[in-house]
Amino acid sequence: MGALNHKFNENILITSLDKLLNWSRSGSEWYFQFGLACCAIEMMSAAAARHDLERFGAMPRSSPRQADVMIVAGTVTLKMATRVKRLYEQMAEPKYVISMGSCANSGGPYWQHGYHVLKGVDQIIPVDIYIPGCPPRPEALIEGLLHLQKKMREEPVLAKKED
Amino acid sequence: MTEQEIYADLSKKFGDKVIEFMEEGTLNPTVVVDAAAIAKIVTYLKDDERFQFDSLMNLAGHDGDVEADLSVIYHLVSTELKHYITLKVFTSRVEPKVASVAVIYRTANWHEREAFDLYGINFEGHPDLKRILLEDDWEGYPLRKDYVPAEFYRGMRIEKVK
Ligand code: SF4
Repeated sequence: MGALNHKFNENILITSLDKLLNWSRSGSEWYFQFGLACCAIEMMSAAAARHDLERFGAMPRSSPRQADVMIVAGTVTLKMATRVKRLYEQMAEPKYVISMGSCANSGGPYWQHGYHVLKGVDQIIPVDIYIPGCPPRPEALIEGLLHLQKKMREEPVLAKKED
Repeated sequence: MTEQEIYADLSKKFGDKVIEFMEEGTLNPTVVVDAAAIAKIVTYLKDDERFQFDSLMNLAGHDGDVEADLSVIYHLVSTELKHYITLKVFTSRVEPKVASVAVIYRTANWHEREAFDLYGINFEGHPDLKRILLEDDWEGYPLRKDYVPAEFYRGMRIEKVK
């Protein structure tokens, strides 16, 4: 950074735009507050005092317009799948999806004979992070969010997101 | 009052509309009655001083076997007199028709819609008989033993490709 070094004492920090935007985005993974089944209980527990998701800047938002991350926590029934898809479409770019638990990953316990269950939410929306478990513990969800942070930090901001 | 006594009284009053009394092989002693007469019988049980069945605990559809008829089971309780009775009706698989009790017990409204949704049993006289759990455009009645799942629902594959 040569010429500008030490010109403004310590009040100015020089970085690239990519890094700045990615840093701020990854530090505020606001997730969409909705749960579909038992996995949602673990998600709530992750958000509550003991695991405290907010220390990672992740807090629940009740509107898709304000959310950056959709955590699909639970069984995606075919009836709900149409709604999940619409809610995903209503979220503003850049947006990410975490598929939490076996149900959202692959249909889980309903993968056979589950006449009403979608076998994996990735059939209708693109998924960034898969978290295994039935249900995954809050620690697993936190790890998923941290992986997502890493993914966000490595992304060129102005490039178009591929679907 | 015991179930046996209630059965005796019902068959005296309703004759051949009360078909049989099942004690063995069931969890609760059950009175099997005629599907078209169920509303009348239930009204009688509710209004009569000696029975006072003021609450319908549960109403459930049932399909035991592809060959057999569908059935509906009613669990009544009297919170006043503290006695119970289980009623059961059978109806044909091809044209399942049962008289609705939704106007007698409000509980039955959603329960009957559920039995309609999953077993396709038509409750005659129900004020608003439509699907309650599945989408309106769903085809078939999934809890029936002869149900074959469709391949797709609104473009989403239902069974996983092996
Ligand atoms: S993965 Fe397990 S815990 Fe999670 S929603 Fe499905 S059944 Fe429930």
